[in-house]
Amino acid sequence: MTIARGKGKLPDSLPGRSLLASGARARKGFASAGVHSRLAIMSAHRVSYTLDSTLETVNSAEETASQIATEAGFDDEEVMKIAMAVREAAVNAVLHGNAYDPGKKVMVDFERTAHHLVITIRDQGKGLDLNKVPDPLAPENLLKTSGRGIFLIRSFMDEVEIHPSQTGTEIKLIKHVHGTAGDGKEASQ
Amino acid sequence: MSMKTSNRQVDGVTIVDCSGRITLGEGSVILRDTVRDLLGKGNKKILLNLGDVNYIDSSGIGELVSAYTTVKNQGGELKLLNLTKKVHDLLQITKLYTVFDVKDDEAGAVKAFGK
Repeated sequence: MTIARGKGKLPDSLPGRSLLASGARARKGFASAGVHSRLAIMSAHRVSYTLDSTLETVNSAEETASQIATEAGFDDEEVMKIAMAVREAAVNAVLHGNAYDPGKKVMVDFERTAHHLVITIRDQGKGLDLNKVPDPLAPENLLKTSGRGIFLIRSFMDEVEIHPSQTGTEIKLIKHVHGTAGDGKEASQ
Repeated sequence: MSMKTSNRQVDGVTIVDCSGRITLGEGSVILRDTVRDLLGKGNKKILLNLGDVNYIDSSGIGELVSAYTTVKNQGGELKLLNLTKKVHDLLQITKLYTVFDVKDDEAGAVKAFGK
């Protein structure tokens, strides 16, 4: 894959042109939201951002996901699910991972392949302890005021991979493109 | 995008008409402050009309749960009215639909509050 920086212009015939177009709009969306974003990498199939640990990042990541999912041809309900999953993952990165630390960044990466839309969100926190994530459906947890984010992410995406480390947590959200759906199966946690 | 609320009184019940998004940040804070203000004024029968709320994230769900338990702990009642499909589906998958008292008819909902 050819990696272009900044405003890379691609031939119309490249299959990723549509995503590039949405990526360009997404970048405007980030800018208009007042987020101090830096466009790290943009290519035919992929667009990546490095963002501050702010609430604006959460809103912008959600809006960008919605735009890219729409461009990818998902229907309204699927777009809503993808955008909400991205929002929840961004909330986790900003709030729980980086704890709003201005010195820490959130990396958001959108990649479109022939069969999947893959969104990867990384923070620079201490790493999520998956053993401490409660089951929000357990009777004793139903009235808790938090702890539903990862559950919703898993509910809305086809595959979810969570990779915690001491230098941060990476969560990969995968939605199958029409005709290749995995019927909600989860790859790993 | 932001959330707005307005209150009205019907037969001793405070109906809070909500519109917009209940999400992390402003939306959740507005809901929290609204319920807190009502309780502070002694209004303990609260009907949250969510008919114009088309989006709630996990923080918003948490805020609804917090409002429900806060009102209940002060001897009051909180019910939900007119859920949109998205909000209805969210409460279903989080198993909260049966926790909340959900109504789809305002007059019936008002009558359902205890005397």
